[in-house]
Amino acid sequence: MASHEHNEKCKEVFSLLSEYLDLELTAEACQEIEAHLVGCPPCIEFAESLRKTVDLCHRYQPTELPDPLGQQAREQLLDAYRKMLAGRKPVS
Amino acid sequence: MERDTEVELARQLIAGNPEAFDRFVEHFRAKIFHYSWLMCGQREDAEEVAQETLLKVFESFDHLRDPERVRPWIFQIAKNACLMKRRKSVFAPSKELSLDEFLPTMSHAGGHGKLQIADWSSLPDDRMLRSELKGVLEQAIGELPENYRSVMLLRDVEELSTLETAQILDLTEDVVKTRLHRARLAVRQKLDEYLSTSPARGK
Repeated sequence: MASHEHNEKCKEVFSLLSEYLDLELTAEACQEIEAHLVGCPPCIEFAESLRKTVDLCHRYQPTELPDPLGQQAREQLLDAYRKMLAGRKPVS
Repeated sequence: MERDTEVELARQLIAGNPEAFDRFVEHFRAKIFHYSWLMCGQREDAEEVAQETLLKVFESFDHLRDPERVRPWIFQIAKNACLMKRRKSVFAPSKELSLDEFLPTMSHAGGHGKLQIADWSSLPDDRMLRSELKGVLEQAIGELPENYRSVMLLRDVEELSTLETAQILDLTEDVVKTRLHRARLAVRQKLDEYLSTSPARGK
């Protein structure tokens, strides 16, 4: 296989990696990507680094938290909730 | 908190059981604050967005027909509150990211193609993200152009589906997929740079 063709396939795989990781591709497209990955260690290595990036985002817990909710702000929300309940039409 | 728990809390509140109130508020307030903080860049704006969003949520709780949709429904309201509030983004101007800028470089020393990439195998696989790495991730997401940042926050941090994200941001699913992929590539590149500068850092 000419190296040029190989590079084109790598680029195609590169453009579809997120959809591949998210299982959003058709079975046929998935198989095609996997067939390429088996013979292309650089693409496997890159795909793995992208998978880890997504995994880090999933595991990420924010460091920045809001200040504790003030009593007045809490009352405002509770009041809105009570009003919403009170505004319901009685079930007949 | 898992989505199932959120749905259960929403069900209880819709049923008129106020015992779920504080847990619900605490949980979603932190979530909305964090999304808004990364979208607006200002703590005080994010605090206000969180309060305004929750106020609207409680005022219109009856409009939530399906409690299963509580998370996307709340983020829809938060996104709108955020747009109203937002000053010019402090992180990065809006621009388009192209795929080509993230294509990895290959070196061909010795006749075999080798990827010029950091050693990702050293990345910790445990549940706790170390604070330094967390900071790098936060900064990488914060530096994304806004239209990519919102997609990545909703899809990969809030773990909403492609369809839910598309509905919240008023985009097609294809646009969500395209932006998500480019956003991930940009964040991957920043993490790669970080891991490359000191391989021991990931350990």
